[in-house]
This record gives sequence, structure tokens and C-alpha cells, in this order.
Amino acid sequence: MSDSPYVQLLDLAKQFGKVRALDGLTLNIAQGELVALLGPSGCGKTTALRSLAGLQELDRGQMIVDGKDVTFQNASKRGMGMVFQAYSLFPHMTAGENVEYGLKLKAHKTAADKRRARSAELLEIVGLSSHRNHYPHQLSGGQQQRIALARALAISPKVLLLDEPLSALDAKVRTQLREEIRRIQLELGTTTLFVTHDQEEALSIADRVGVMRNGQLEQIAAPAELYDRPSTSFVAEFVGLTNPITGSVSGGSISILGKTLKTLPGSVTSGEGIALVRPESIRVKSSASGTARVFSTSFLGASCRLMVTLSDGTRITVQMPSSESIGLTAGESVELSVLDMPVFVKSAA
Amino acid sequence: MSHISEPGAGSAIGRAGSRYWRGKTSYLGALPFILFSGLFLLYPTYNVISGAFKNQQNKFSLSVINETLHSPITMGAFRNSLSISLRTAIAGSILGGLFAWALVTGKKKGFLYKISVALSSVLAQFGGVMLTFAFLATFGFNGVVSSLALHVAPNSFLASSTWLYGLNGLTVVYTFFQIPLMILVFLPTIENLRPQWREASDSLGGNSREYWTKIGFPVLTPSFAGAALLLFVNSFSAYATAATLINLSSFLTPLQIASALSSEVGGANPAEAKALSLLMVVVVTVVMILYSLLRRRVSKWEANR
Amino acid sequence: MKRTWKVQLWRRTIMGVVALYLLLPLYSMFDFSTKPFGFADNGRTLRAWKVIPSQPDLGVAIARSLITAGIVMLLILVMIVPTVIWVQLKLPKLRRPLELLCLLPLAIPAIVLVVGIAPLYRWISINLTESPITLAGVYSMLILPYTYRSLSAALDAVDIHTLAEAAQTLGASTFRMISGIIMPTIRTGIINGSFIAIALVLGEYTISNILNYKTIQVVIAQIGRSSGNVAVAVSLASLIFVLVLLLLVPSAKRRQEVLDVDLA
Repeated sequence: MSDSPYVQLLDLAKQFGKVRALDGLTLNIAQGELVALLGPSGCGKTTALRSLAGLQELDRGQMIVDGKDVTFQNASKRGMGMVFQAYSLFPHMTAGENVEYGLKLKAHKTAADKRRARSAELLEIVGLSSHRNHYPHQLSGGQQQRIALARALAISPKVLLLDEPLSALDAKVRTQLREEIRRIQLELGTTTLFVTHDQEEALSIADRVGVMRNGQLEQIAAPAELYDRPSTSFVAEFVGLTNPITGSVSGGSISILGKTLKTLPGSVTSGEGIALVRPESIRVKSSASGTARVFSTSFLGASCRLMVTLSDGTRITVQMPSSESIGLTAGESVELSVLDMPVFVKSAA
Repeated sequence: MSHISEPGAGSAIGRAGSRYWRGKTSYLGALPFILFSGLFLLYPTYNVISGAFKNQQNKFSLSVINETLHSPITMGAFRNSLSISLRTAIAGSILGGLFAWALVTGKKKGFLYKISVALSSVLAQFGGVMLTFAFLATFGFNGVVSSLALHVAPNSFLASSTWLYGLNGLTVVYTFFQIPLMILVFLPTIENLRPQWREASDSLGGNSREYWTKIGFPVLTPSFAGAALLLFVNSFSAYATAATLINLSSFLTPLQIASALSSEVGGANPAEAKALSLLMVVVVTVVMILYSLLRRRVSKWEANR
Repeated sequence: MKRTWKVQLWRRTIMGVVALYLLLPLYSMFDFSTKPFGFADNGRTLRAWKVIPSQPDLGVAIARSLITAGIVMLLILVMIVPTVIWVQLKLPKLRRPLELLCLLPLAIPAIVLVVGIAPLYRWISINLTESPITLAGVYSMLILPYTYRSLSAALDAVDIHTLAEAAQTLGASTFRMISGIIMPTIRTGIINGSFIAIALVLGEYTISNILNYKTIQVVIAQIGRSSGNVAVAVSLASLIFVLVLLLLVPSAKRRQEVLDVDLA
């Protein structure tokens, strides 16, 4: 194993007419790592993935996989396994035949019995052994995607590429399947790049999450760090909910809600600033002399979400464990306190 | 998508030139077809159209066109061709359209439906030669109907069978293949007439006549007219039936063209053939343009599905 | 639609009239071809039918027509279908021009096309071969509007871009991708388009007649000039043959049923 990262994307650029889909994207993926690319539509994440797959030509940049420059290599020679959003299973082949397809091709040519064994192995891994002889149209969306995954993994790819594989599925199936994908990925140790616009998805299964905007990487870090220590206001607001609370900044801190909180790197350094405070960082306590008022409550099971109106009219969202919010009702006066954690502050302009 | 792989190439900057050409190699894939159609479709078409504008000395001239179009034979043949095409288009579209409606109002995908569609597919392609013999067997000398007529109504036109060889006869024969064509072309449209519209009309208090005049017909008309145009072109271009049934070369435009090509009577006149061909192409093109305009209107509606 | 008795009456009348129009000539063919003819017969006879195999030229014509149809099929599978797929996948700018090119034959009647092709046909027969190649070439152009429509309808129904990319990333070459993945997927469109093509080739008369190439239809017409009964018998025979063929390949037209789905 070499010292350099398994996958290196260097300064990728691609323009479609006037739109800069990729604007100098640089990203590394370590072997066995699952990196998620997260961002709103049009941010370039899919373009990046497809470029790595060889399905998209670049204007500029270099891509290196396992020490080899693949920038100009044909998609059929890169040895990547790709799972598309939908409709990628070959309709005239059974699930089993789909999975075995890659192994029939010259690149990974395998004898019939070994093919059979391999496809059986993978069907087992994705839990669809009993559906080997079913055709795609006989499978549900979730099942189809699992077969697509098995098919991509059958060729023992260097990198597994997933292009919003869960977007077309029902919410419940989505949650189940993403856990499956992570489990399988860890089991097989496959280096993986996962593209999605759903931040919950990205945060829950990735080793590192890269947030993209306008063709560039805003921040790439482990999920917790991304969430607790966003490096730009875009990341702070895109990942998770935030409450914008105004205060004045000086000397690396901002005072809001009666407390002085440290500002995170990248924040505004002086003057008026808007602190982006997470709902679960705020605590609410019933108090007759409180300056804030509860607007509405939302029971979510383990936690409770409250909308609270501040004295200056701003409305914020607070998330608390249900046990602590018992008795809080709309219209009640409350007192707010914020946890002592560093917070990202964007400019008030 | 790149077709050429160059391993270990380093940075992509400065390769813009070769990238451009790489994209263009895809066009090579279409080349065989382009060459083939150039040879067997575009070249003959060009040959005909340009040839119509050439005179004996092979120079650009409108003399051949002038001469041909003004000849009484041409006018007569053309008039007949137009007449037959018009009549069979109307007859075929009405009969076929009504049949299609009758099919759709019956059991969906029932036996009758399936067999009608299958039979229509076959009959629409039924060669002109065989069709002629079918009608000769019916109305010609010793035919089924003509023999019957001889006994029952010996003075009627049906008994003598000469009528078959004229304009009326051709009209009847042509309509035979127009009907199935209409069924095949119009059936999808009529199937798309949503039952909800009828229900909406009924619930708003409309009766059958109102439904058809205000909703049914207006929706169906563009499609119907388009199909009728197709039938017109189909009939106008037909040659086989007429060639087998009628010996008079000056009866229809396609027959005129054929005789201009052969050297039977006083030498072949390819220039005349080309001029007449140009005439046919113009007529057909105009009608097809009308047809495509109608289709576009229909597809806008269907796009809202 | 409401099935009042009035509607039913209309329906029955229309269907009856049209059915009569269409079926009468077919029946007449049957009747006519079994009529007594010649001096030796009384009453119904199958003589016209029995004579069919011994018709001069007919056997050769059938062979020629079949070979021509075969060449056209080959051209469809090897040239037309791949080109339409290729344009759909990689050359979107050519989609509209291709569509127009494939519709062009509708504006050029066969009789006009043969006027233009005559010199080429002559050249090829003199310098190369008298075989049905030119004819097949022209026929493959004549069928374009219908075959293209079949193919493009089938292509519109499937997302071949994703399938092509999936095949590519798994390692398939362009050839394998088109022949092994895309073509089977639009199998129905190809079959339908081919059917129409074969029907057209076997029923074509105009071009083969003027170019003096003896195909089935040309020979039938020839027979008709000397013996009406036999010509009618042959015509009916070919009609039955095509009908049987059509009924034998119904699965091509049937769409795949979507079965019940169990949840993931």
C-alpha cells in the first residue's frame, strides 16, 4: 500500500455552456473509505462522480486511482462499479444474469461455475438469493437497487460509485437500504464515493462528508465535525437546522441569549454578526418573567421541537428531549439558555 | 465520450484540441448509414428532381416541365389521380374511422378487437397485384358478384364488370386498402378519447349529440384530418393496382410515368418521367407538410397526458 | 361509453358494412379459385391450386423475393438499428435530421424512386451483378419511415442512456453494449419494424416490375395475364401464408405483464 490516497481528484473543471459544473474540485479518498458528496442540485457532485467513472469528459484536471492516471481512460476499462439512480438493470436479464454480466465480459472474464458462485455470494450479501431468477420488472425499487449494487460489486471494483442510489425510493426503504450499503461496504472494504442531496443520508453512513457548492468543495470532514464545526455559513446552514440569532462580535466571541460564545474559524470577526445556533443547543425553561414565548410544540417521539418567539420578534426552533419539555405549551413564557459551544457566525450584511 | 485511451498522460491542460476531435469521432458511427441512404435514397431523389429541370442538351431549362404539364394527357391523368385520391381518402377515412370507433366502444382487447387489428395490419400491406385479382374475382368476368348480378339484375352495372376498369372501379378497389390503413392509424387516437371527458360532459348535463359536436369531434378532427391526408398520399402514390387492372397508360399519373420510362411505344422519354415525378413529389410533399403541421398540434395536446 | 341500444345498432351496422367490404373480396378469391375452368371439370375443383407449384418462374420468384427480404433484414439489423441507437445515444444533434431522412421516403412514391434509381440499377447490373442487391438497397429505404417509427417508439420507452452507461462501467465494449444490451431491450420495436419491412418487400411490385426483376408479385401479375384462376389462387395462398405468420409470432407484440411486487 502506498502513502498517497487511493483515489485522487485534482483540480477538476468542467463547464457546460455558461455553467461551471466543476470549478477546481480537489478531493482524496483513502482506501476502504466511504466518502459522501453532499450538496444541492447543480453543485457538481454528480458531474464529479461521473467524471471519475469515465462517463463525463473534463475540461481540466487529473484523476488518479491506485497510483494510475485514469483521466483519459475509457469508462469500460476503469474497473469501477457504478450504481445509478434508477432503471439501470438490464430488463431482458434475470437478477442473477444481471449480477453475472460484468463477469462475462473480457475485462473480468470468469468461468461459468465461478461466475455462478460469485453471483450467489453477492446475492446472499444483499439478501436476495431467492430472487435470482426474477426479472427486474418483478422486483420492487429497493430490490432493484440491491441487485444493481450486487452487480457493481461482482467485478470487485477498485472504487464503488453510487449516484443518488436511494433518491427514487420510499423513505422507509431508503433508511434500511443505506444501512445495508454501509454494512456491505465495511464488510468488503470497498473504497466508495457516494453522491446524495440528502444530508441525513450522508451524515449517517459516511466516513467523511464533502459538502459541495457551485462546483467546489466547501468543506470535507467527518460527519460530527461537519455538524459541530462547520467552516462556512453555507455548510452550517445546509447541514442540519440552524437558528439565525443576531449579536455583536468581538475578540473571537459573540454574545447572544445572555451568554458569550466562542466563534468558529471562518466566522465574522467584528461588528454585527448572525450566529447560527443549532436547535438542540438551546434550552427552554418555563418562567413567568421570561422574555420569550412558546409559539408551538411538535412532539417527535424521543424529542420535542418547539417554536419560540423571542422578545424582538424572531422565531427560533428549539429541540429538546421530550422528558424535559413536558408541560410546555403554546403561549407560555419561557426563559432561554444556550449551551456553551463554539458557534459559526456569518455577517449580518 | 472518449474512445481513445492514453495512459499516464498527466495534466489535461493543453489537450483541448485533441479532445475536440475525439468527440467528433462518434459521427463516424453514423457514416455507413449516411453513405447508404445517400446512394439509394438521396441520389435517386436528386436525380429525379434535378433531371426535371434539364433539357435535351442537359442544361437548366423549364421546357420539359412546361411541355409535360401542359399536355392534355398529363392533365387528364393528373385529374384522375387527384380525383381517386380524394374520393378514396374520404371514403376510407369515414369508413375506417367509424369502424375504429365501433371497435373502441366494444369490449376492450376482446377477440374481435384483436382479430380486427391483425387483419388490418395484413390487409394494409396487401400487395396491389393480389388486391386486383381479389376484386376481379368479385366483380370481374365470372366473378362472384358479377355472376350473381347477371342472374338477378342483368342490366345493372354490376353484371357487366366493365365499370371496374374505370374511375369508379379503381375507387372501390383502392378504398379496400385505405380502410385498414385508416383503422391502424386512427385507432390509437380514438382510444385516447378519455372516458372521463364523456362522463364530465354527461354530469354537466350534456347529451350525446352535444358531447360529440362540442368535445368528441373537435378533439378528433385534427387527427382524423391528418389520417385522411395520409390516405390521400397513399392512394396518390399507388401504382401496382392500377398497373394490373388498367392498360391505358394515360389514365393515372403513376401509369404515365411508367410508360414514359419504358421503350414500348415510340422510345422512352426519361425527361418526361422526371417532370411528372416532380409533379408527384410536389403534391405529396405539400400534403405531408400539412400532415406534419396537424400532427404537431395533436402531439401538443397529447403531451398533456 | 354508454352501451345504449342505439349505439349498439350503429356499431353492428358499421362493423357489418366494413366487414362485408373487406371480407367479400377475400371470399371471392376463394370461390373463384375453386371454380371449374378448362374443359374437363364439373363443379368445384382444386385444379387452380394444384397447378401452382408447376408455374414457371414462380419458384424462382419466391426464392428471389425471400433472398431480397433476407438482405433487407440484414441491412436493418446491421445498419439501420445500430445507427438509430447510436444517434440516440451519442449524437443527439443528428436526431432530428435522421428523423427527417427516415420520413423522406414518404414524400417520394416508389414510382418516382424507381425513375431516379434506374441508371444506378443499370450500372450495377452491368458492372457488378444482376443479384437483388440494388433492389434490397432501395427497399431498405422504402421501409425507413415505418421501421424508424417502430424503433424510435421502442427507444423512447426505455432509458437506454443509463443502460448503456451501466454496461460501459461494467466493462462492455461499444459493440457488446449495442448488440448485447440495447438491441435486446428494444427487441419488440425491432421485430415490429422488421415485420413491416418483410411485408413490404414481399408485396412490392412497382419497382421490381419497372426494373424487370421477377419477384413474387411480378410473377403473379404475369400468371394473371394467362390464367386468372391460378393468379387468384396464388394471391389467396400468399394472404393465408402471411396471416399464419402473423399469428405465429404474437409474443413479439405482447408487452411484458407486470406481476405483483413484494416489498423490499
